[in-house]
Amino acid sequence: MSEVDYDLVIIGGGPAGLTAGLYAARARLNVVLLEKAALGGQVIVSDWVENYPGFPEGLNGFELMQRMADQAKRFGLTIETNEVVSLDLAEPIKKIHLNDKTVTAHTIILATGASPKKLGIPGEDMFSGKGVSFCATCDGPFFKDRVVAAVGGGDTAVKESLFLTKFAKKVYLIHRRDELRATKILQERALENDKIELIWDSVVTSINGGLTDVESLTVKNVKTQETQTLSVDGCFIWVGTDPTTKFLGDTIHVDKSGFIIVDLSMETSVSGVYAAGDVRNPLCRQIVTAVGDAATAVYSAENYLEKITK
Amino acid sequence: MADGILEINDSSFDGEVLQSEKPVLVDFWAPWCGPCKAIGPIIEDLSGTFGDKIKFVKCNVDDNPVTPNKYGIKSIPTLIFFDKGDLVNQIIGLVAKTQLEDAINNLL
Repeated sequence: MSEVDYDLVIIGGGPAGLTAGLYAARARLNVVLLEKAALGGQVIVSDWVENYPGFPEGLNGFELMQRMADQAKRFGLTIETNEVVSLDLAEPIKKIHLNDKTVTAHTIILATGASPKKLGIPGEDMFSGKGVSFCATCDGPFFKDRVVAAVGGGDTAVKESLFLTKFAKKVYLIHRRDELRATKILQERALENDKIELIWDSVVTSINGGLTDVESLTVKNVKTQETQTLSVDGCFIWVGTDPTTKFLGDTIHVDKSGFIIVDLSMETSVSGVYAAGDVRNPLCRQIVTAVGDAATAVYSAENYLEKITK
Repeated sequence: MADGILEINDSSFDGEVLQSEKPVLVDFWAPWCGPCKAIGPIIEDLSGTFGDKIKFVKCNVDDNPVTPNKYGIKSIPTLIFFDKGDLVNQIIGLVAKTQLEDAINNLL
């Protein structure tokens, strides 16, 4: 076995990756976690996490992720900053091609997560970082006493719209349907909040402005087909996520949205390769489900390793 | 480079950045921004590698509203590269270290 670099390579350093790292380090596997940018994943943009059990008052997303990283490191997890370019899964010993080298492993846990989906409308890219944003905690304070729009109707859209009301004087919450998908407690808070005005059954068709500033949105009602122009200074977009799977090529089966298909043991279409967290196709994308996936994936990887070494 | 990154403000911006002999990378950040905290260690790492060729500074947008406003910053982290007083590159958001290394190498 000495010719194989690792028992397990974990790709991605968000909640799923760090939890996999924690469990694998405690299982004394020969493991490395690869993260291309910074640990924490999407959670670090969250101002306040109040549905992660064990923290009755809630806590800041960045802090939660630092705690997860500290916990994994405490048990000796090796974390390397490196980007996976591609995988070669043709043989039982898998090859992971990185920016500057190739490493081999018996098992892999894919925990690369997802990133905010774009609307794909005119103005979106042009004004990105100039009024178009995907991160309320990063950019909300720039819109003090301004008018902003938020697009979406799920947990993230509603929760982040509520956060924006701390700064903006008005938040239009634009949703393509006639009811929100977000969890009830968030819906209640949004509907009670005087600063949030819901615009139902509507989609944004373009983001308009001058050279450097967003000035308005063109909004179309999908039922009446009527369009209106909303004057806003910023537009926050929370309409779901795209999985981070580009490096996979066609090595692994994914669903029609690109999320990795796994079985109950978190195994993908390739034996010894597992997926956990937002990159797979769960019903519900939460920190708690990501960490649960990770524990299952490490358990499955351990079973696999036992089988091949005995 | 010594430990930490030089913290600049609205009044020292002109002298430290625009008048600098060396190219400058300014990290616009704020304490409430998770991705800013996440990119911090990456910038410190880079300042260790490139500190003799590029000046690394950071600017807290909470305490210094004038400079970010001047450059139309509405999203952080924003990294701006200046060379002889001119804005030569701008990177918005949390990006991989390799992407920053590429940007720095392009500048040198």
